[in-house]
Amino acid sequence: MAQIIIDTANHIAGYAAKAARVKVVAAYPITPQTTVVEKIAEFVESGEMDAEYIRVESEHSAMAACIGAAAAGVRTFTATSAHGLALMHEALHWASGARLPIVMAVVNRAMGAPWSIWPDFSDSLSQRDTGWIQFYCADNQEVFDTIIQAYRICEDERVFLPAMVCLEGFILSHTYMPVKIHDQEEIDAFLPPYKSGWILDVNNPFSHANLVSPEWYMEFRYMIQEAMENAKRLIPEIDKEYGQRFGFQHGGLIDKYQCDDADLIICTMGTMGSEAKIAVDNLRKEGLKVGAARIRVYRPFPVEEVKKLAEQPSIIATIDRHISFGMEGFLASEIKASLYHMEDKPLLAGFIAGLGGRDVTFRTIEEIAKKSLKWMKMGRVEKETVWVDLRE
Amino acid sequence: MVTIKEFPKEEYLLKGHAACAGCGPSIALRLLFKALGNKVIMVVPACCTTVIQGPYPYTSFAVPLQNMLFEATGATCSGIVAALKIRGLEDITVVGWAGDGGTVDIGIQALSGAAERETNFIYICYDNEAYGNTGLQRSGATPYGAWTTTTPTGKRERKKNMPLIMAAHKIPYVATACPSYPVDFVNKLRKAREIRGTKYIHVLTPCPTGWRYDTSKTVEIGRLAVQTGIWALYEIENGRFRLNSPSDRLIDKSKRKPVREYLAMQDRFRHLTEADIEKIQQWVDEDWEYYRKLASNECV
Ligand SMILES: Cc1ncc(C[n+]2csc(CCOP(=O)(O)OP(=O)(O)O)c2C)c(N)n1
Ligand code: SF4
Repeated sequence: MAQIIIDTANHIAGYAAKAARVKVVAAYPITPQTTVVEKIAEFVESGEMDAEYIRVESEHSAMAACIGAAAAGVRTFTATSAHGLALMHEALHWASGARLPIVMAVVNRAMGAPWSIWPDFSDSLSQRDTGWIQFYCADNQEVFDTIIQAYRICEDERVFLPAMVCLEGFILSHTYMPVKIHDQEEIDAFLPPYKSGWILDVNNPFSHANLVSPEWYMEFRYMIQEAMENAKRLIPEIDKEYGQRFGFQHGGLIDKYQCDDADLIICTMGTMGSEAKIAVDNLRKEGLKVGAARIRVYRPFPVEEVKKLAEQPSIIATIDRHISFGMEGFLASEIKASLYHMEDKPLLAGFIAGLGGRDVTFRTIEEIAKKSLKWMKMGRVEKETVWVDLRE
Repeated sequence: MVTIKEFPKEEYLLKGHAACAGCGPSIALRLLFKALGNKVIMVVPACCTTVIQGPYPYTSFAVPLQNMLFEATGATCSGIVAALKIRGLEDITVVGWAGDGGTVDIGIQALSGAAERETNFIYICYDNEAYGNTGLQRSGATPYGAWTTTTPTGKRERKKNMPLIMAAHKIPYVATACPSYPVDFVNKLRKAREIRGTKYIHVLTPCPTGWRYDTSKTVEIGRLAVQTGIWALYEIENGRFRLNSPSDRLIDKSKRKPVREYLAMQDRFRHLTEADIEKIQQWVDEDWEYYRKLASNECV
């Protein structure tokens, strides 16, 4: 029986791992991820979840244990944040290179120094090139649904890649919201038992991931690129099928809101996407044609959809909860790169906001929108990158 | 106990592997497979064995092998063991096989964690006393005085005693071995397979390339390591320490050959002074006083 519960996104991630019938969890605590693994420990100890819980001594080992378990033929899950994710970095490359469909919740938190426990995307975005699919969630229901969807996508033979399901620390991780936990039988029907491309098998011995000469290495990399392209096609299909089965759909690659006739599209990731919708409603009341697009899947990046999105507006404003030092926000760069070959490009305005957990409310977004509309009228942006609410 | 005549004929280390001539670790590998057969899943981190197995699409191992990150052997084994348990395949032996660098230096955390979690697996450190793969730099297991490419005038610090560090984890089985004593090694592996929990075997594996001796001398050097007492064969089963043959006859100093004989055969020690050699001899004697106490239960 499906049930609606009111709980935090972290606990919900635990419910999702249970619902996905994960068999091995290996994790190490870090704020604000801790309650994910506490919840799972509870499920495992009480017998509600038939899984092995490996209490590793570091995040590097958490990912290594997931790699071992996935290679030995079972579904795995872990969760981490910030410094834990950074410590895993080497193993992230290994997991995708080994084509293991591991799913991980990343509870976004800013990187130190200085220490911060509050959210931004600097942790997961610095793992951009590790070969992991990256989803960014806007609410707790999406966290649940995306974890279930992620297994289906990662374990598809056209993909066989790992995925991060990112959710912002505290804004989601510790915030209670009603969430529908779908019927287990229906989840089982949607998500078949674990599948991976290969398995450690004493009856079929082979060396996995041994030394590859320059003759072959590029082909292995190309296959990952192909898998990413396949995932890009698959994600909207699976989101749609999920919607038909469970009544919840989250926008596929890009969650679009009021974009069809928009002069300005505000482009965000994560929870800022929810705030942007409120801002759009308010601005529309003032007669301003504003829309919002939340990039739900950052890797593979939805280049084609972004191009389509860009046909309508005269300006796109990106809000990055992240800065690539010496350049700009990643989202700003990706959108620019996506539109390079377009003939009639809209203006692009880049905003950096919400670093280290600074609040980005709908009011902040309304201000960003008004500034962008001003630039639209001027026909040029006055500044390539604006740091919002900066004390100068 | 098996005798050498009872060793299986099957070879699971196949022809065409890429070890240097006279490679001690490759002898140990061959014995490992003879002892455990092919119902084994192996994890190998970055080390000489990465090369020994041969490059894609070939392999010289007839068992499934997961190559893994340098420092992650222990944790990876934990993951595999957990998955096999879930799948009801607990009759498969999981073996972590790592060099001394991957064990006593960068991999010590993951190994310690796996041991503390009582992961049911055999961890083997094959100790060639340097980072072979990367061109023979010093490791925490390089002995005092030895030349390596990062200690061109000889290492100034002593060798880390990893077997006793593992014994301090209170795991059920810790043993030392050397492929020059194949029966001892094979029996230790067989015993380890029957015990539940973390089993740690530290094998001293002479390396002609790094130790700078003639490739025909590997077995002899291993024997001398044991006969001089610079390497002792022992096992610690549920906390009980026991010296194994022939080390059990060496508590009496007069039975031990002088370490000088062992050192003199290897060019990595060529530059040692008389004072150095005496110091090493004195440390070996002190070690044996400690083994004597351990063996007679005077300390743990
Ligand atoms: C994180 C990391 N650092 C460094 C290396 C480079 N590296 C590969 S193998 C190796 C030395 C291995 O030495 P050891 O474990 O003693 O095994 P051996 O090569 O002697 O068999 C090093 C330093 C690596 N692969 N990964
Ligand atoms: S360097 Fe030493 S341990 Fe490595 S393959 Fe050569 S002989 Fe064997």
